[in-house]
Amino acid sequence: MSTLIAVSGLGIVCLLLEILNLRKILVPVTLLLLAGILGMTIAEFYLGESFFYRDDYNMIVSTSYSRGFSILFIILATFVIAMSPEFYKDKIERIADYVSLKVFLLSGAIAMVSFGNLSMFFIGIEVLSIGAYVLAASNPGRISSNEAGMKYFIMGAFASSFILFGIALVYGAIGSFDIAIIAEVSKAEGANLPIWFNMGFIMILVGLLFKASVVPFHFWAPDVYEGSPTLVTTLMSTLVKVAAIATLYKVVVIMGAAMTPAVQISIVVFSILSLTVGNITALNQKSLKRMMAYSGISHAGFMMMDLLSTSSDAANSLLYYAAAYSLAGIAGFAVIMAVSEGKGHENVENLYGLARRNPLLAGILTCALVSLGGIPIFAGFFAKLFMFTQMVDAGYLILVVFGIINSIIAIFYYFGTANVMFTKESVSESTLKVPVRYVLVASIAIILNIILGIYPSLIMGLSL
Amino acid sequence: MNIAIILIILLVGAILTYLSGNRWAPKVAMLFAIITAIFSIALLLEYHNTGTSFSVQWINNPSVMFSLKADGLSLIMVLLTSVLLPIILLTAVSHTVPYEKLLYSLILFMAFAMTGVFLSSDALLYYVFWELSLIPIYFIVVLWGNGSMSKRRRSALTFFIYTFAGSLFMLGAIIYLYTKTGSFQLYDLYNANLSDTEQLWIFLAFFFAYAIKIPIFPFHTWQANVYQKAPLVGTLLLGALMSKMALYSALRWQLPIAPHAAHSMQTVVLTLSIIGVIYGSIVALKQDNLKRFFAYASLAHVGFIAAGIYALTLDGLQGAVLLMVAHGFGIVGLFFGSEVIYRRFNTPLISQMGGIKGQAPKFTIAFFLMIMASITIPLSFNFVGELTIMYGLYQVSIWYTILIGTSMFLGAFFMLHMYQLVMLGEVRKKPFADLTVNEGIVFILLTAVLLFFGLYSKPIVDLASPSLQEILMYVNR
Repeated sequence: MSTLIAVSGLGIVCLLLEILNLRKILVPVTLLLLAGILGMTIAEFYLGESFFYRDDYNMIVSTSYSRGFSILFIILATFVIAMSPEFYKDKIERIADYVSLKVFLLSGAIAMVSFGNLSMFFIGIEVLSIGAYVLAASNPGRISSNEAGMKYFIMGAFASSFILFGIALVYGAIGSFDIAIIAEVSKAEGANLPIWFNMGFIMILVGLLFKASVVPFHFWAPDVYEGSPTLVTTLMSTLVKVAAIATLYKVVVIMGAAMTPAVQISIVVFSILSLTVGNITALNQKSLKRMMAYSGISHAGFMMMDLLSTSSDAANSLLYYAAAYSLAGIAGFAVIMAVSEGKGHENVENLYGLARRNPLLAGILTCALVSLGGIPIFAGFFAKLFMFTQMVDAGYLILVVFGIINSIIAIFYYFGTANVMFTKESVSESTLKVPVRYVLVASIAIILNIILGIYPSLIMGLSL
Repeated sequence: MNIAIILIILLVGAILTYLSGNRWAPKVAMLFAIITAIFSIALLLEYHNTGTSFSVQWINNPSVMFSLKADGLSLIMVLLTSVLLPIILLTAVSHTVPYEKLLYSLILFMAFAMTGVFLSSDALLYYVFWELSLIPIYFIVVLWGNGSMSKRRRSALTFFIYTFAGSLFMLGAIIYLYTKTGSFQLYDLYNANLSDTEQLWIFLAFFFAYAIKIPIFPFHTWQANVYQKAPLVGTLLLGALMSKMALYSALRWQLPIAPHAAHSMQTVVLTLSIIGVIYGSIVALKQDNLKRFFAYASLAHVGFIAAGIYALTLDGLQGAVLLMVAHGFGIVGLFFGSEVIYRRFNTPLISQMGGIKGQAPKFTIAFFLMIMASITIPLSFNFVGELTIMYGLYQVSIWYTILIGTSMFLGAFFMLHMYQLVMLGEVRKKPFADLTVNEGIVFILLTAVLLFFGLYSKPIVDLASPSLQEILMYVNR
């Protein structure tokens, strides 16, 4: 609970700093405070209790699950905010808006994994989504950004209404918004519950699958990712996606009684569709952002597998997958931003000859792509391994087969992209100078990814 | 001595080589390669039939151990790697290329991964090393290969996807075994108690991975292209060591884990291997590119080794181990010979060569010795290996022996035919300088090894026998 309060407070501090005309120290102060909040959350995680807690209405329940994911979210947000001053250097006068929106978005994400009441769950989703809508449209000079914001808003509002309707139906069936009561009653009553409990669950499921851009609810994603400013795309494809899946997992745990065979089969089908459609469409993308969007869709398919897991470390492997995926994503996007600076587009030509012009960046992007492709010793490999192990355990061999086939397909575009950095000639051969912030963020993210790969127990050993 | 030391030396070597800069990289790499060779020889001297092992917990859940084990068989493969490594480096040092620090560090890293494959006794650790070895070779082919960039990129990517696809099926099998036994440890997997159907699928999954990497007909299509496009060091790493990695793995993992399937699939697998041997020999005849020629010759030889392994008899396995070592050294000699010619004539085409004999007597002799070793004349190391394999196959069925025996005269025919075209004939206008000191040392070392073990192969047989008998015990249960 203290994490959520602190992050929301930090958002307000950002706005205050703008009012007090302290724009210059805004980002350093935010980063410093985020680091402090990160430290506090980690301490809470290991202590197992919150520093500040009131359970009058049971609105927020901090568990080790929510703290674990909050730690990941804070790290991701820190990376994104650290890159902000560089990314928005042309519009530095509005930096407070951009940064505070991101902080509020983070608070929404934290609320989503630590809700104790479905109303809080909805508030979390809305805070996250509205932040994301505004950020997607935050480059009003560019028509594609406006389009992205509009599309995202209309589609997202539609999905939110699904979730809201679903919550209402669940309330109708159970008579309470409190997740403890919902879990208890649904477990006890089981099949005796009225049909709208299941309907409500499915509607919440659909809404969250939309947020996580899982096929067939993915149509918005490529356009929105491509149109939004790249830094926002980074945030959406890492933090927002991971938060949606983590929330989905939590909802499935609470309403486990609604996981009927039919729902399970649909999840299997959606997962396979996500994997396949995402990967096959990614093969032919010219724009790096679109490629990352489709690759993200296929990764969402992998993460969805975890909903079916019966194993006791399902939560650990989800957190591991989320961390592996989003750290590689952050590193990859940081390089994409660095090479696309001033080009006006993010096409794959920007990478031509990068190995000669800036070997460090080329190395980082290669590592990120290799991790996403799932090759050891990077974390991406173990993430997939843990997923596969659990699916074999739970008896879903078909998912493992499709996962393996898709890993092979994915190599085409991950290595195809990595290839052009080494083999294609670029127009200019001069050394590419890139802002130090991008390099720093990309290096730290990829180093964290490799550390997770060398020592997976860092997450797998936690008791979530 | 702790066997992890060899891995640490190679890894540290790879990092230091990269840090030492382009000028010093070859020397640093060579230094570490020699240190590795010394350490692995020390490991051999310390070895007393029991094997040394090393194990620490790596991941708790799922339980993965960082466990290494060196028995006779692993030790032979580690020695092969660490002795060939300095020789492979020696073939490259006189030839400057761009980004040397990266090249040499990748070579050492690849040796690190392959040594890891030979030593690990935990299935997941083994898989990690197996995949790690793929990344350096991919970049070596793409960045330093021959021919036009776009073609090279395509064949490297084909190779990568092919082998990666195969490995993923193996990963699937390993995960299945883990859920079945709750452990990745070698001996737990040996005793997994699988039904015949399960064994069949697991055998096939492993076979897919290994057949691509060895390569066995019809999974060989990547091979000639990649061998041809790769730079010399890449070809040597692929041909001399990477193919051995798969052959070794078949012995260590595939056969003992799925013994019943190994018996029931024997006919199919042996037939494929022997087709590969004959097919490779015939296609080699038609090649005009010397590197492609040797690639197909190599295809025939590795098919021979695979046949020895899948014969499932002690003689077959022993012959396979002997031929693995022999082929490792022999193929280095052959490809290096082709590179020596290429550096002087600047053409890879056999039809444009000829008349070398008159100008370079030393090279003529060296190359001739390599050819003799490869066509298995008596007293050569290959002869011992192939003869043992044929004897092993004879215990299965005489027809296999007869069929695979044809490759001996096919081999002699295509090799001598090539030798005639390349070395003999009219002296060309182009001057052909004789071997330099570096090149000479490579050939002398190779000849010494091939000749010594041709005369006296007992040390290798003695070293390998206990491990092979143990493997056979599991195969025949």
